[in-house]
Amino acid sequence: MSAISEVLALPNDSRKKTFIVAFVLCLICSIAVSSAAVLLKPVQDKNKQLDKQRNIVAIADLAKDGMSVDEAFQQVEAKVVDLQTGEYVDDIDPKTYDARAAAVDPKQNVVLTKEQDIASIRRRAKYATVYLVKDAQGQLEKIILPISGYGLWSTLYGFLALQGDANTVVGLGFYEHAETPGLGGEVDNPNWKAQWVGKKIFDEQGEIAIRVTKSPVAESDPRAVYDIDALSGATLTSNGVNNLVHFWVGPDGFGPYLQKIRQGGGA
Amino acid sequence: MNTETRKVLLGPLFDNNPITLQILGICSALAVTSSMNTALLMSLSLTLVTAFSNMFISTVRNHTPSSIRIIVQMTIIASLVIVVDQILRAYAFDTSKRLSVFVGLIITNCIVMGRAEAFAMQNPPGISFLDGIGNGLGYSLILMSVAFVRELFGAGSLFGYPLIPLLKDGGWYVPNGLLLLPPSAFFLIGILIWVLRTKKPEQKEAAEFRIHEPAKGGYH
Repeated sequence: MSAISEVLALPNDSRKKTFIVAFVLCLICSIAVSSAAVLLKPVQDKNKQLDKQRNIVAIADLAKDGMSVDEAFQQVEAKVVDLQTGEYVDDIDPKTYDARAAAVDPKQNVVLTKEQDIASIRRRAKYATVYLVKDAQGQLEKIILPISGYGLWSTLYGFLALQGDANTVVGLGFYEHAETPGLGGEVDNPNWKAQWVGKKIFDEQGEIAIRVTKSPVAESDPRAVYDIDALSGATLTSNGVNNLVHFWVGPDGFGPYLQKIRQGGGA
Repeated sequence: MNTETRKVLLGPLFDNNPITLQILGICSALAVTSSMNTALLMSLSLTLVTAFSNMFISTVRNHTPSSIRIIVQMTIIASLVIVVDQILRAYAFDTSKRLSVFVGLIITNCIVMGRAEAFAMQNPPGISFLDGIGNGLGYSLILMSVAFVRELFGAGSLFGYPLIPLLKDGGWYVPNGLLLLPPSAFFLIGILIWVLRTKKPEQKEAAEFRIHEPAKGGYH
């Protein structure tokens, strides 16, 4: 005790007291900050997980009446896919694999050439986590693919959900973006997202046919099933969405994987 | 409540408002007021940080060497902000995601630092705490009024509940997209300052310079 009062009695501007005050203050503050971080970590991680699950459940339309997110997510099985071969990678745990962290890690990513990089993401992870939903007979019912790409201001992160035929769209949505509210931000508009439901990605020849366009063909046209009406006042965001969907279903994205499923081998 | 406490606590609401009179904390006021939810959470966070930083800084004020005074204040403020940020991420995840960096930027919010330096360094902890609450409330009042206008007319809703039926959902109202963009907060805060200074002329600042009257006969 006497040591403390001795220090407190020192003149404020003495060198000794300056050092002691700085040291004690830093010590107390660092304890406060680190204990807050450590104690709250489990709750935060749970939130992040729940947020992702909620997005998947919403985009793939999994919640049947009154189901909680947790219950709805029970139907989903996560798997890690090697994007190049389209094969499942079983020795990576999808629960701990973080594709966004892998995309910036030179050991785990692939740098894309200018021609490949239509989504302007520069590099992508070698592996990606896909989410599968199977029906009671074990048949593949829905495939949920993580997608990302550059819009006008920001990289959009979201999911594209397809039916078991790896062609028909169940839903599309973004959980993270920073596009202009009211213009590009309308990618979150439920009415716009509803357009995607039931559209086809590939045409009969197996070419990517889906497109976000300013002049979609008339409803009666057989090609109407590939056309999404672009967002008004948000040409660059619309182009961005178009490009990122093309990239991720294309040969440098999930193309090989989707091909395998269409041939009945993958799942 | 005696008069001094009342003055410290309620003065910053209108008479000495940190945003409209002291013109502090404008940056975050532009960024987080596009909806009532984010504005409310930001107001709460800033009020708590200002109050507690004032209290802690005032507690150690008699033993703070003046040579490291600002560093001591910043360390205390930064620690509090990190703790608040962590709590928000744990218990208000959705809103904290939309607030993104702005909670972290409370550290650089001039209100916190300004009150620490102007008030907490000279006054005991109790009254400093109240000063922090008062200034936080003053900030909150402006934030909530700006957010009210921006969300109501920019998105047709309040706290996320739709109030005005929008045209795109089959209603009649075409939302004003400008209000969702940061510059609109400038206009709104400008209007608030104008109204407040018209009501309370003593808040008008003395002009820093006068425009010269043209010489007799004028220019050619």
